Amino acid sequence: MTHFDEAGAAVQAALDAGARYADARVMVRRSETMSARDGDVEDLGFDESAGLGVRALVGSGWGFYAVPDLAEGSARAAGRRAAQIAAASAAVPGLPADLVPAGPITASWASDCVIDPLGVPLSDKGDLLVRATEAAKAEGADVAEANYAVWDTRKWFVSSEGHRIEQHIRECGAGVTAIAIGDGEVQRRSWPSHRGQFGTRGWELVEEIDLVGNAPRMAQEARALLTAPLCPSGETTLVLGGEQLALQIHESVGHAIELDRILGWEAAFAGTSWLDLSRLGSLRYGSELMNITIDPTFPGALGSFGFDDEGTPAVKRHAVRDGLWVGVLAGRDSAAIAGLDYAGSVRSDGWSRLPMVRMTNVGLEPGPHTLDEIIAATGDGVFMDVNRSWSIDDRRLNFQFGCEIGYEIKNGKLGRMLRNPTYTGIGPRFWQSMDMLSNETIAWGTPNCGKGQPGQIGHTGHPAAPARFTNVRVGVRG
Amino acid sequence: MSGEGGRAGAELELAARVIGIVRELAGRSAEAEVNVRHDAEALTRFANSTIHQNVASAVTGVRLRLHADGRTAGGSTTVTSADGLRTLVERTLAAVRVSPVDRSWPGLAPPAPLRLSAGHPGSGERSGLAFGFDEATARADPAERAERVGDFVRAAGGLETAGYCRTVYVSAAFANSAGQAVEGRTAEAAMDGIARCEGADGVARLAAARLADLDGAVLGARAAAKARAARGPVELPPGHYEVVLEPDAVRDVLENLAVFGFDGKAHHQQQSFAELGREQFDPSVTIVDEPLGSREEPAADLPFDDEGTPRRSLVLVREGVTTAVTHDRTSAALAGAEPTGHASPVSRSWGPKATHLRLEAAAVPGAAPGAGGTGVIADSARPLVAGVRRGLLITDFWYTRVLDPKALVITGLTRNGVWLVEDGEVTSAVSNVRFTQSYPRALGPGRVLGIGAETVLLPESWGRARYAAPALHLAEWNVTGNASG
Repeated sequence: MTHFDEAGAAVQAALDAGARYADARVMVRRSETMSARDGDVEDLGFDESAGLGVRALVGSGWGFYAVPDLAEGSARAAGRRAAQIAAASAAVPGLPADLVPAGPITASWASDCVIDPLGVPLSDKGDLLVRATEAAKAEGADVAEANYAVWDTRKWFVSSEGHRIEQHIRECGAGVTAIAIGDGEVQRRSWPSHRGQFGTRGWELVEEIDLVGNAPRMAQEARALLTAPLCPSGETTLVLGGEQLALQIHESVGHAIELDRILGWEAAFAGTSWLDLSRLGSLRYGSELMNITIDPTFPGALGSFGFDDEGTPAVKRHAVRDGLWVGVLAGRDSAAIAGLDYAGSVRSDGWSRLPMVRMTNVGLEPGPHTLDEIIAATGDGVFMDVNRSWSIDDRRLNFQFGCEIGYEIKNGKLGRMLRNPTYTGIGPRFWQSMDMLSNETIAWGTPNCGKGQPGQIGHTGHPAAPARFTNVRVGVRG
Repeated sequence: MSGEGGRAGAELELAARVIGIVRELAGRSAEAEVNVRHDAEALTRFANSTIHQNVASAVTGVRLRLHADGRTAGGSTTVTSADGLRTLVERTLAAVRVSPVDRSWPGLAPPAPLRLSAGHPGSGERSGLAFGFDEATARADPAERAERVGDFVRAAGGLETAGYCRTVYVSAAFANSAGQAVEGRTAEAAMDGIARCEGADGVARLAAARLADLDGAVLGARAAAKARAARGPVELPPGHYEVVLEPDAVRDVLENLAVFGFDGKAHHQQQSFAELGREQFDPSVTIVDEPLGSREEPAADLPFDDEGTPRRSLVLVREGVTTAVTHDRTSAALAGAEPTGHASPVSRSWGPKATHLRLEAAAVPGAAPGAGGTGVIADSARPLVAGVRRGLLITDFWYTRVLDPKALVITGLTRNGVWLVEDGEVTSAVSNVRFTQSYPRALGPGRVLGIGAETVLLPESWGRARYAAPALHLAEWNVTGNASG
């Protein structure tokens, strides 16, 4: 069963009501989440969401309307309504809006999936989380939490330029966290990531990360952190694990290269960007080891798809090449304003939300080293991994991150465990100090990227590997 | 219009139908709770002084939580046809049967009447359905929002502007198999915008129960005045500064206290700083959660939570002493406390959070809720600034994140205007700074030097929470970085 007819009816109604361009997406999403705490399942939920969102361009004004009713009459009414809203936008008009050209596309795409996550018995999934939390409790966690999430999304996209695209995207992931509570101190260790690891894959991803096998070590480390020395304050050589580097990329590169931010469209909320379009192609973002790609074709990463929510096919392109800024995340309208000839990074959080510029998979190409080589080559420094807190200014320059765990590095070896490790810096200065980069790449998934008003949650992927940075300020405390 | 709800009572009928299907398929011993929510949101967004995103949606969703044979599962759907509702029940029941035993199930909320607030215009003195509700806001159309955006843009006097104007209409009902059946509706409006001038931003925002109370021109003028005054900032070195926080910055303090401090689940697990009965704040600090609205928080939310517990006003801090934390039924059962009406769809996992906090303004006869004024300094902050020897006037905080949940040490940045104050006068604009600060410690005994005389009702930038905040004069704030690093 397809929903092209309903999407097409909405588009036609918008055109009949005066739109010069319209597109509509019907989306049906089933999601399943479960969480366990201290050996008990705490929450289990299923959600089904189905509806249609239609976008209309009247003159230079956009309008968007969404309804959960998939009847053809409702779809037509939604199309008319989107055009009416677009017309109201003309009360405070802007520059003429245009779209970078796109030919008609008829296509179908589905993500790879070996084990259907919704087909795995709930009892098996519940047992996994229960056993993971029991394993952490047995090794000294005061609180042990585990969770998984599954999303199964089908989309039908139709545009007035001849797009008819069907997609089926399955995503899932899981994680376990051990919490140790001391006197005025709470420490946590998470596996494999601070919210779990997620990807556009089947349940095989969850089986690979071995929650139960890693939970005891998380508990032991959380307990040990309670009495570990504080991360020293000062300037030092910093080695970041891949999980933390993934979030560093997300916050200080991914958001900075969003074209809507660069154009000021997010100025009041998410913020702008320190990047100036006039320097695209010439600005030095980082050291020559820094090669960042925008790659929605990355197999199994959380930001993968066949087509974005404007119908643009997934294509890999560079955002930073050999340290130079060369590309942005763009949509068809923002690219046209910026004078660029590519789009492909527009996504929406469900049928009831306006598609907007979002990250796909934004990550580092592998470097020439290994983590062992990086540690061995470091005489004096600090290693940090697994994010605990993140904060960055509205231009994506001044950041401060906290990690769950740190270790001192002395004479090429890891030394004492350090608690409450933090580091801070200014984006381009930090990236220019990257002098070693591992080739041990993992595509980390971020299932909680917030942007937009009304708020939207994005799923993004960040291929990353451990790396070394010099002269970084660490140990910032209140 | 944003409000596209059907007839009164439609959501409660839908909830009753779901309860009926549960009884048919699972028998009378199954415990079920059903939330039906019709949510119509319209948001007109502007940037570069033009409307660039203009959206609306009208969504009815049904959420079911089912407990049978000692096991629990939940589900939701936006498919509200007869088949859709039956599928929801069947799917949830199937999940219940294979779920592990739920040892922390707290049982259903017993039938209980709603508490209807009184004493302010439009409140629910007659019936639940008239609860603090403004029909015109619920039915606002895109032209009304665009008109306010236009007023904001024009009042900025040629400065670049960005922000939004939104209206929200919610009609909702709750029913459970224990006999609790309640309904209510609410309407809300908010405007939030910045003006930009030579790299400096100024902000103005306001939430209201009535769209008619939002004046785009007043807000635009205030944002522009702040942006102009924020030009040419100097950079200050890190250190401890005396500060006056304007209401927008205080909003962030309240939000973090609600999420990480007053959460009954975190408190029970000893992950919160809160200690009931202990003087943890300055005696001038009283913090109330006010979901039903009041003279100072004139935008009421729904009068019941997601477990059907009637919402009520809850004093969390009275004259410096922590007096309560927030509970849903699960955290209340764990703590041996009463539920306080703070259940949400995620509260069992993430903890029950207060979403309508008010920091009591200083008692000054005749003071009333304000809109912040039109000058560089918020009306609420002006007398406090006069008492600063050398310190910072901070408009807004940004991207605040917890470093230490127990002490609630938070790092974040300033945004939308910072000024140096010397001998009670603003002497220069300051570039944004990074801080790393324990929020409860900043408000601790002896550290609050003054509280503004009026609260401003402010929308949350991301979700639907609202905070009534006055300005706040604090002895010390730990600045740990600046634009240079």
